[in-house]
Amino acid sequence: METIAIPAINMSVIAPEMILSVVAMALLLINVFVKNEQKGYLGYLSIAGILVTLYSLTIGWGAPQDGFSGSVVQDNFAIFFKGIFLVSAAMSILITDQYLQREGCNQGEVYPLMLFATVGMMLMASGTDLMTIFLGLEVLSVSLYVLAGFNRGSIRSNEAGLKYFLLGAFSTGFLLYGMALTYGATGTTKVVKIAAAAQSGMVSSNLMLVAGMLLMATGFAFKVAAAPFHMWTPDVYEGAPTPITAFMSVGPKAAGFAAFLRVLLVALPVFKAEWSSLLWVLAVLTMTVGNITALYQQNIKRMLAYSSIAHAGYILVGFTAGNAVGTSGILFYMLSYAFMNIGAFAVIILVGKKGEENNNLADYAGFGYKHPALGVAMCVFLFSLAGIPPAAGFVGKFYLFSGAIQAGYIWLAIIGVLNSAASVYYYLRVMIYMYFKEPTEDFNWVRLSPAFIICLIIAIAGVMIPGVVPGTILELAQKAILM
Amino acid sequence: METLFFSIVAAIAILMSILVIRCKNPINSALSLIMTFFCLATLYVMLEAPFMAAIQVIVYAGAIMVLIVFVIMLLNIRTESGRRTQHALFLGAATGLFLLFQTWYFLSRSSLTGAKGAIDSAAIAKVGHTELIGQSLFTEFLLPFEITSILLLAAIVGAVVLAKKKV
Amino acid sequence: MEIMGLPLIYYGAMILKVLLAFVFVLLTVAYATYAERKIIGHMQVRVGPNRVGPMGLLQPIADGIKLFFKEEIIPSEASKFAFLLAPLVALIPAFISFAVIPFGDVIEIAGYKIPLQIAAFADNAGTVFDLNIGVLYILAMASLGVYGIVLAGWSSNSKYSLLGGLRSSAQMISYELAAGLAIVCVFMVSQSLSLHAIVADQAGLFGWYLFRNPFTFLAGIIFFICSLAEINRTPFDLPEAETELVSGFCTEYSSMKYAMFFMAEYANMVTVCAVTTTLFLGGWQGPLPSVLNFIAKVYFLMFVCMWIRATYPRYRYDQLMKLGWKVFLPSTLFLIVGNAIWITLFK
Repeated sequence: METIAIPAINMSVIAPEMILSVVAMALLLINVFVKNEQKGYLGYLSIAGILVTLYSLTIGWGAPQDGFSGSVVQDNFAIFFKGIFLVSAAMSILITDQYLQREGCNQGEVYPLMLFATVGMMLMASGTDLMTIFLGLEVLSVSLYVLAGFNRGSIRSNEAGLKYFLLGAFSTGFLLYGMALTYGATGTTKVVKIAAAAQSGMVSSNLMLVAGMLLMATGFAFKVAAAPFHMWTPDVYEGAPTPITAFMSVGPKAAGFAAFLRVLLVALPVFKAEWSSLLWVLAVLTMTVGNITALYQQNIKRMLAYSSIAHAGYILVGFTAGNAVGTSGILFYMLSYAFMNIGAFAVIILVGKKGEENNNLADYAGFGYKHPALGVAMCVFLFSLAGIPPAAGFVGKFYLFSGAIQAGYIWLAIIGVLNSAASVYYYLRVMIYMYFKEPTEDFNWVRLSPAFIICLIIAIAGVMIPGVVPGTILELAQKAILM
Repeated sequence: METLFFSIVAAIAILMSILVIRCKNPINSALSLIMTFFCLATLYVMLEAPFMAAIQVIVYAGAIMVLIVFVIMLLNIRTESGRRTQHALFLGAATGLFLLFQTWYFLSRSSLTGAKGAIDSAAIAKVGHTELIGQSLFTEFLLPFEITSILLLAAIVGAVVLAKKKV
Repeated sequence: MEIMGLPLIYYGAMILKVLLAFVFVLLTVAYATYAERKIIGHMQVRVGPNRVGPMGLLQPIADGIKLFFKEEIIPSEASKFAFLLAPLVALIPAFISFAVIPFGDVIEIAGYKIPLQIAAFADNAGTVFDLNIGVLYILAMASLGVYGIVLAGWSSNSKYSLLGGLRSSAQMISYELAAGLAIVCVFMVSQSLSLHAIVADQAGLFGWYLFRNPFTFLAGIIFFICSLAEINRTPFDLPEAETELVSGFCTEYSSMKYAMFFMAEYANMVTVCAVTTTLFLGGWQGPLPSVLNFIAKVYFLMFVCMWIRATYPRYRYDQLMKLGWKVFLPSTLFLIVGNAIWITLFK
């Protein structure tokens, strides 16, 4: 019997993923021995694990290496995105325990599942094989389906889990079909080899590869909730437990974009003209549909869901440009979006109480006077989401749109700016309710635990510092682009 | 001979998959689906992929479909309820025709063979199909292979979390 | 004279082998019913059937005639198609598993080498080419047997049958896993999925995979037990438990259709014993002519099945599930790991 020569395995490439998975598995075991009211400690343990992972990431910065016969790569692009995932996961975990205790569903498995989801995202960001990307996506999605339906007592949460599962599985089909056709056309699943194969006219003129690209784009568009594949977003975001909504509005979207960017920029640069025009349409549709629908929302979670669709649209603007400025803009924007969105959701959790989520805009009447600090924090996040200086959201949008202008997509930039202006209306409306309406409640149930204070401080710092002095992070983002 | 055999199997596969969606009784639909899987397994054998064929029967026909039949029996769904409206019928037909046109266009314009990978009939004859799958799982696709274990673990944990009786 | 590159004698031999195996299984099935009643009778200090023919030897024929002339009953609310299909679906997988089981060594007829295995042929040097995924084929066929019982249970439109069908599908899925994992230990030693290669590798008593190392020994025992559960033999015969379910999935069946279930049960027993013989007991290897070795081992295992039936009471449903999922599944996983370590250490 012949023996198999196992190729060189470069463990340091997947060290962060390994650390995080081991922590998640250890937490699963520890969970058995932890009493129900003390599950919060598991959250702190997972944050410790995330910090270790974050440290292991920084070691690899600036020294790209690949491993597992080209299945996975650890370059600056991947590291930057992984940083976003880890930060957003840590912040979401900070606000999870209090919410779950309040709703009476504080099962300890939530933390391992969030960590598994993060591992999936990390694999998506660093995958250079379509198989790795797909499996990372599946790890992410399976964990998220469960997390969305985590509050078993709530019909809304069940509905969210089931809807997300059905539509997610549906979109996975598109993605996988696209990958299969790409494999059929090029004979390989490695992105670099796909690019090499697509150089030849024989392959690139094959309609099969084009169909593969289109189907993959559809699959990714589902995952990042770009219109017209955004239908699941509002229901899932509204029904899922709020900390989970915060978690999945940031990380998975960023992971989707990371994989999407790598597949289009590295594997299929041959079709740049084609996918740019495709993304142009997607970007305009996504921004417009997201913003216009958000104008009509009375439920703040639904409003933020539509706003997250709109933000996916802004990011698609930078993607359409496909140049250095646009790509670094995407990285910068994803990072600041993590801070501002999770911060906003943290405040939303605090406004709710047991059995009453208080998610209607009217419930926010006078909140700014009863809890001035939280009111100011919410204003900062909303300003940043609206893209008003000096918050980070402004700087991010500035780079996204200027990338588009540099690439010659003037109209796209104009549509983006107009959309951004329209979005100010619905963000400001929340503030109007908070400060210009008479309070109907005394909000005496709002309890700021240390975890929340830490999360909010990080979020505010993350929004304001890059907004005022964007230099450092922008420099990192510029070093992390794929070109 | 081979073409004839292929045509017979493919025709049965198509007929059975039509039956899957046309049967009023869910159990009969499930049975047709099992037959479809069998035909697919036969096609795999003809493509010199006996391992895939065996796995197709063991996993799909033997395990997943048993669970589906199990659920249908437990829920005791006898026949389909609810009627198709004229509107839905029209939309369905239109979409179907459009997809048919798309398929025709696609097939007429593209080269379906695409690029060939490293593994061909000669390699299969020399090393064996099952061995080749094993080899690529432990060499080229080692990492994806390992990721599936994380995926399965996450799925098991998720299923237990959502379904266990007492928290 | 050649067809598709092979001499005609191969095709003739193929048909002959099919007939041979078929007749063997059918005869064994018929006389297994007689043997079972005799053996259990003696174990319980009774005589067993002794009226029809000398020592009751014509009893199976009498039973067959009786069943043949019974009234055919189809329940009025039954799903007719599935009801008629079910006995066939139960019977066929048991027979077609034999296509890949080698029941003898390669023999030479008129200068041509013929392996005694249905789906195989040999070139003039005596190298055997058989289905190189034979083990998986057997697993696939075993996993299909469940449909017969499930369909019978569902289509009869009787709650006893339905419960029997549900029980059996849950039971078969549960034990299939452990049985499959136990076979993995065999692959690890044989390094092949072809049943011919597996048998050829087991020359001599200590060449049998059962005695190869402690882990394959345990794997063999677990495989046999799981197989008993998969074919619903005592002590795992819950799907047809007379006392609770009025004989379960076949409550509503009568006449030849009932006889087919009955035959399926015994044919499954023959198949399972043949598979266990092939995988763990060295197949046709042994001191006698190859076919006789094989038959002797199969009959011995069938005797063990009957012995178990005479000795053990039936499991309770929760005990059965516990045994499958909490004992056999983890222990087979442990066996795979242990086997890997053993093979690496004692190459």
